[in-house]
Amino acid sequence: MRMKQEFTLTIFSENQVGLLNQITNVFTRRSLNIESLTTSESAIAGIHKFTIVVFSTREEIDKVAKQIEKRIDVIKAFVLTDEDIIHQEIALYKVPTKTLLNGNEIEKLVRQYGARILEITEEYTVIEKTGHKHETQELFEKMDQYGVVQFTRSGRIAITKLKAELLDNYLRKMEMGKKILN
Amino acid sequence: METKSQTAIKGKSQQAVRMTGADALVKSLQNEGTKILFGYPGGAIMPVYDALYSVQDELHHVLVRHEQGAVHAAQGFARVTGEVGVAIVTSGPGATNAVTGIADAMIDSTPLVVISGQVGSSLLGTDAFQETDVVGVTQPITKWNYQVKKAEDIPYAIARAFYIARSGRPGPVLIDITKDAQFASFDYIYEPVTYIRSYKPIPEVDPAQIEAATQLINLAKKPLALVGQGVILGNAEKELLAFLDKSGIPAAWTLLGLSAMPSDYPQNVGMLGMHGNYGPNIKTNEADLIIAIGMRFDDRVTGDLKAYATNAKVIHLEIDDAEINKNVHADVPILGNVKESLPMLTQKISANKHDAWLQEFRACDRIEYDRIINEELAPSKPGLTMGEVVHKISNAFNDDAIMVTDVGQHQMMGSRYFKFKQSRSVVTSGGLGTMGFGLPAANGAKLGAPDRPVCLFVGDGGFQMTIQELGTIFQTKIPVKIVLLNNNFLGMVRQWQELFFDSRYASTELINPDFQIIAKGYHIEALKVTERENLEDAIQKMVNHEGAFLLEVIVEKEGNVFPMVPSGASVSDIRLE
Repeated sequence: MRMKQEFTLTIFSENQVGLLNQITNVFTRRSLNIESLTTSESAIAGIHKFTIVVFSTREEIDKVAKQIEKRIDVIKAFVLTDEDIIHQEIALYKVPTKTLLNGNEIEKLVRQYGARILEITEEYTVIEKTGHKHETQELFEKMDQYGVVQFTRSGRIAITKLKAELLDNYLRKMEMGKKILN
Repeated sequence: METKSQTAIKGKSQQAVRMTGADALVKSLQNEGTKILFGYPGGAIMPVYDALYSVQDELHHVLVRHEQGAVHAAQGFARVTGEVGVAIVTSGPGATNAVTGIADAMIDSTPLVVISGQVGSSLLGTDAFQETDVVGVTQPITKWNYQVKKAEDIPYAIARAFYIARSGRPGPVLIDITKDAQFASFDYIYEPVTYIRSYKPIPEVDPAQIEAATQLINLAKKPLALVGQGVILGNAEKELLAFLDKSGIPAAWTLLGLSAMPSDYPQNVGMLGMHGNYGPNIKTNEADLIIAIGMRFDDRVTGDLKAYATNAKVIHLEIDDAEINKNVHADVPILGNVKESLPMLTQKISANKHDAWLQEFRACDRIEYDRIINEELAPSKPGLTMGEVVHKISNAFNDDAIMVTDVGQHQMMGSRYFKFKQSRSVVTSGGLGTMGFGLPAANGAKLGAPDRPVCLFVGDGGFQMTIQELGTIFQTKIPVKIVLLNNNFLGMVRQWQELFFDSRYASTELINPDFQIIAKGYHIEALKVTERENLEDAIQKMVNHEGAFLLEVIVEKEGNVFPMVPSGASVSDIRLE
């Protein structure tokens, strides 16, 4: 059995009802756990993009990608590793404003971790940090010593290090190869 | 999709005709060439049935007795004709009853369009009467599915459904249509779909892979071709024979590859898999090259993957990229339709003979005859065997009937001992192994191939899973020949219990009704054979009878199918007893 590692799948699809279900089903069938999932419209109008993080073997993830691509409304699925992408997550932390006022520990952490304050009310303060999961997690653990009342983290978004968008080339090829099937 | 269909309509110069969604559905089916469909009415599909009533002469609706029967019949029709089978059901239970057939069609790559009625769109999601989320339910078992909520989307949805069902690797498509969409009127125009941006049905053959495969083929000393249903689905039977003729390579077929070449083709070395022939199984691990042609290395073919094709390089000709490297690593994958890729290979390879290697298979055949086949076909014991019945019936039909089977021992016996002269002569449930498939599938097959005899082999277990379809035979007058191989057991499960569970026959013995009386109740001619001396006569009566016929043969109670590759074992460990 080969080593499991973290993979990021970027999947481009038509914007169809039920597509998320179709994609996650492929993971469910193989009892693969999805670590994180983000979905939104892509740079190309009408095309949706899913970014899915999963721990798997190279062998298995390639099979998963092909089974996802096989769905009629999926345009293309790309299997990427950390070396291929720049990725980010965003985390929000809510702390009672009085902990902020009672000392400078929170302020220090905000500076140290490059976080920023989004909103301050009399009762609570919302702090935002973007980064990799381990960074947002570390900040959470440090800040939680002073009492974090709410913490939430987004799924991963990723962009490839390649010059051109992977999908652009593919779509161009598809349109060129458009031929009538008999 | 809505926007696409609307633009499609706007852009056309065709004359639009105002009609209801129900009429549009019927018209769209006719535009796709549908002449027959199988179904069962109900509340949420009634507008469509009303529309069907007006076109009875052009569009034959076969009223089945259960929705499972409708889908299996559509499958039988599709398998023998190569066309898209069409089934139509109502919402809720109608749709869920169709699920087994849809799953069967998915795993066996059968082109189907299943239409289901749905509650009115205003009721969706409210747990309305006979509401089921059928799109959600069938999502993993359809090639594509879609819910139509507006009449004007019907033509595009149907055009897309047929295109997807029949193109590339075929499969079932379900279109769910709300009742209000069936009632509403709109301006109908039909435009077939020939292109979907996100879908590439047939990958282009890569000449570099043909080159690489050619080198392997030319160097191979012990090559073996594995012939799957892809050859039949791709209409590539001639291309297959041309390749085999020139290369001299022995060829084995999978269960669904049966009849892709004639049974008596000199290089045909028999069937692969759990109950296949001795030679092709045992020689798989001696071969130095495996050429898989339109097959997917099902676990019933490969057994233990770690001990499969251990000495061989693998060339995999396949239309579906997701099958490449899924179970068996392909040293040379050749994506594409085998109808295109096989001739490219044939042209490149050197003409060759593999007589000595082929003789090794024939030596295996002799062992199999000595140890199994002779006793099965000409038993020394008084009890009738399934093998001898199949063999005699095949002969009585001049080895040129369409064989339909249910699932179990009789299915394996049919596959082993029935003989074929032409392609598309087998309809069987392979991947899903659906008991109850046989009888309705035979109905569809006969309606699809009215000029060929259609002979069903079915066991006493599977027969009773869809026995209500005798009603369809009676009402629609479908002249199928039903051979009931009755051992009063769920034979295949019993065989496993005997071999692997210490003969503890848990819930496998059946106390059966009198099938003769049941046939009589449906006005179907029937005969029962218990003795060998009466068999040939009865078979002749069945063959000569014009209408439907039930031939019940009481076979040995505890007969076993051998050879056998036990589940999870290597193909090398095939057992002869």
